[in-house]
Amino acid sequence: MEKDNREVIFDIKNLQTWFPIKKGMMKKTVGHVKAVDDVSLKVYRGETLGIVGESGCGKSTFGKSIMCLERPTGGQVLFNYGGEFKDITKFNKEEMFEFRKKVQMVFQDPYSALNPKKKIYTSFEEPLKVHGISSQEEREKMMSDVLKMVNIQPDYLMRYPHEFSGGQRQRLCIARALEVRPEVLVCDEPVSALDVSIQAQVLNLMKEIQKDMNLTYLFIAHDLSVVQYMSDRIVVMYLGKIVEIADSRALYDEPLHPYTQALLSAIPVPDIHQTKKRQVLEGEVPSPINKPSGCAFHNRCPRCMDICKTEDPALYNYDGKDHCVACHLYRNDAK
Amino acid sequence: MSQGVDTKKIILDVKNLNTTFISDKKEVKIVKDVSFQLKRGSCMAVVGESGCGKSVTMNSIMRFTGRNAVVKADRIQYNALRDGEVTEYHLEDIKKPNGPEMRALRGPDMSMVFQDPMSSLNPVYKVGDQVAEGLLQHNKGMKKAEAREKVLEMFKKLGIPDPENRMNCYPHEFSGGMKQRVVIAIAMICNPELIICDEPTTALDVTIQAQIMELLKDLQVKEGKSIILITHNMGLVAEMADEVCVMYMGRVVEFGSAEDVFDHTSHPYTKALLRSVPVLGLADGQQLETIPGATPNPADLKGGCEFADRCSECMGRCREGKIPSFEVSPGHYVRCLKFDNYPEVK
Amino acid sequence: MSNNGSAVSIKEQNKSAASSLMKKNIRKFMNNRLALFGLIVIVVMTVACVAGAIVGVDYNTPNPTILKQAPSSEHIFGTDTIGRDLFARVLYGGCYSILIGVFCSVLSSVIGAVLGAIAGYFGGKVDSLIIRISEIFQAFPQLVLVMMLVALMNKRGLGNLLFIFVVTGWMTTFRMVRNEFMSLKTETYVKVCEAFGMSKSSIMFKQILPNVMSPIIVSTTTNVAFFILQEAALSFIGLGVADSTPTWGNILNAAKSVSVVTNQWWIWVFPGLAISLFVLAINFFGDGLRDVLDPKQQ
Repeated sequence: MEKDNREVIFDIKNLQTWFPIKKGMMKKTVGHVKAVDDVSLKVYRGETLGIVGESGCGKSTFGKSIMCLERPTGGQVLFNYGGEFKDITKFNKEEMFEFRKKVQMVFQDPYSALNPKKKIYTSFEEPLKVHGISSQEEREKMMSDVLKMVNIQPDYLMRYPHEFSGGQRQRLCIARALEVRPEVLVCDEPVSALDVSIQAQVLNLMKEIQKDMNLTYLFIAHDLSVVQYMSDRIVVMYLGKIVEIADSRALYDEPLHPYTQALLSAIPVPDIHQTKKRQVLEGEVPSPINKPSGCAFHNRCPRCMDICKTEDPALYNYDGKDHCVACHLYRNDAK
Repeated sequence: MSQGVDTKKIILDVKNLNTTFISDKKEVKIVKDVSFQLKRGSCMAVVGESGCGKSVTMNSIMRFTGRNAVVKADRIQYNALRDGEVTEYHLEDIKKPNGPEMRALRGPDMSMVFQDPMSSLNPVYKVGDQVAEGLLQHNKGMKKAEAREKVLEMFKKLGIPDPENRMNCYPHEFSGGMKQRVVIAIAMICNPELIICDEPTTALDVTIQAQIMELLKDLQVKEGKSIILITHNMGLVAEMADEVCVMYMGRVVEFGSAEDVFDHTSHPYTKALLRSVPVLGLADGQQLETIPGATPNPADLKGGCEFADRCSECMGRCREGKIPSFEVSPGHYVRCLKFDNYPEVK
Repeated sequence: MSNNGSAVSIKEQNKSAASSLMKKNIRKFMNNRLALFGLIVIVVMTVACVAGAIVGVDYNTPNPTILKQAPSSEHIFGTDTIGRDLFARVLYGGCYSILIGVFCSVLSSVIGAVLGAIAGYFGGKVDSLIIRISEIFQAFPQLVLVMMLVALMNKRGLGNLLFIFVVTGWMTTFRMVRNEFMSLKTETYVKVCEAFGMSKSSIMFKQILPNVMSPIIVSTTTNVAFFILQEAALSFIGLGVADSTPTWGNILNAAKSVSVVTNQWWIWVFPGLAISLFVLAINFFGDGLRDVLDPKQQ
């Protein structure tokens, strides 16, 4: 089976990131925002794993949690150190510092991702200095290498961030993340702040870089069409839980979860001859503080059954390969 | 008199609209020679990237532009249809942007829905009162109870659940999609004929976007409202629009019916825009086309076509002089020299 | 070394870019007439006071033969109640007043900035603790604190005053810096630095602080005026610097009796004028600086 050939780089087990809600004078914890709730997932080396969902579904928190930028409150995040898996949630300061070279992040807003008071040169130099590259010559070589990768001339380094356009800034941010030669790049909505005509530039560039550096991408976005363009596999999240995992093509051809189906049909297609009947979901995403009982989606689901209201569905493997879905409709097909 | 324009059919007729912003003693032209006609009861989409002047165009028509903006136009004519009678308003002649004439039109005749529902509502007033406000403003002597009755009706129509109770809630008790419904309720309460929606769903999730779009489509089809939809999303355009106006750097580069623009895409910019956006269900390995470069700064534009530097079909003469629009088929205008064998639009 | 050559050129160009930004700011400042006027007044007055002190004008020897003389060519500001030359005293007093103002505002800004950075960046318990401390200091009237200190030390002096001013003066800067840090720490570039594993102190002081520097500089400037006024007020009621040290406030102290106020106008007009002019100039200058530096107004 092809599955065996793939090397797992991240093995995430029952990851849970809850934020306490504090109230009153004594700062008593009255509840939790369950941003990421019991997520298990494997990420393979060299793939692009897309994570898609609506605002508040926990996709960004998930991205930050597996980097420990947001401390997970439970579960394990195992990272592959040359065959040996280590749990990064238990890392001490030094181990975490080393881990920062392995996994880097590209953020949504390229306008605030570069310190406005610092020249690009300084912003680029600092991470290298911190990670112990002491010779200036070496640092500048590394800096111009990554800049070449994103098609920006090295002499732009002396400028200030405000002299660049949004697309250029995002390319700079990608370049800076690549400086420390990471193995995994977590991209949190990397193009949603950019103009439509610039998005394609950045997306194609990211694809190229991935090929050149054999990077693994975790591509987080709310726009399913962008995610589908970039990803090999797609994870659909709803209220902190995974509702469906599938190959990007399979997700489009055969979406299983009613939420995925609704999400797909809600995306407007730039084709006036499209005649598909749009399936409009009722209501809105419930608050992650008071999640509905049972399946979190049941109160909006067009195919809700009695069991959905009481029992939270597990993630069933649908086709014996990669296609998994958390829905009671498919519990009998589960393999 | 407007030249042979059927004022019953055309609700808004804009000719050579120019908006210039003055900052630091420098003049920057943001909107240049924009002309279009909006048919009564239809939906026109204005598409373009940020900074292309699509919002400024609409704000200029509504005269919402600030003090540092100069709006000039040959004609901004709004034809109100009341009880089968057409009243013509020449908005370009109205001197005071916030004077009584303009204010009388905003609300009962034309109204606007803004991008960000979060900041469109005043957080310290109950939503029901905020919606009723417009009604009381334009109908002197209307009773409060009467107004509330109308608001309730409107909430019901816009699909806000539990309207009696929701009217007495404050904006922060609403979710994003519901807030946008309230904003639409404010725009709709005086029963205007023309609704301008400035990126109404950009701040919302796709499933909520679908709900709001459904609602707007209903308003257009069932109530015969005319809608101008400002957006950058070609998908929404395809779904909603009868007519499409593509803007780039303050100019209309292509204008036509949805069929014209999507099936006979003519301007290189429109083509590039359509091809560079990821669409669901692309074949494996299919690459997106990219538009090289970035949008130029409106302050330092040279003559000729604004898109020339990024255009794959650019010719030498694209970079100089005035580029006119050409009518490639009835009602389909393209501002590109590739089509100079077609009749020029004056 | 050819590699190094290109490296140097990058850095060199770096400098030119920075200097061009500087030039732009200077030009902008020069266009602001009021601020320029403020700067000139500040410079002229400071230079005059310092020069006077260096030359060693005689401010301290009472001359019983020329008590309460009106301004004349010999004593252009006149003489005070015990016959000291007022011009010399105003010059010398200016040195002390300006020193007190500058020293206190710089030191209290430093304390305020560091505490503000810590409180704003870490938040939570650290934040509430520092906030409470600042509230305690704010709750004490300065006057009472001064009296307490005078009572404790059993003498009046410059040191007392500086200590009190710094201890009670850091709260405004602290609050401002804290609030700025609270909002700036959510900026993406801070997250980027965290993702690179940079240390907290380097994120606080190397990344965020430069973005708060402009308002700090502006508030430090205007605080100079505030402290000069404070000193004048305290000295006037006799709780400030010891009588032997002239400051603008101390000179005014001589004009406490009604007969002096009504009959010897020059004794209080000239030091009063010096204070007003200097404070006004600093406020003009501070406003101009704000226009140039504060990114929110650009």
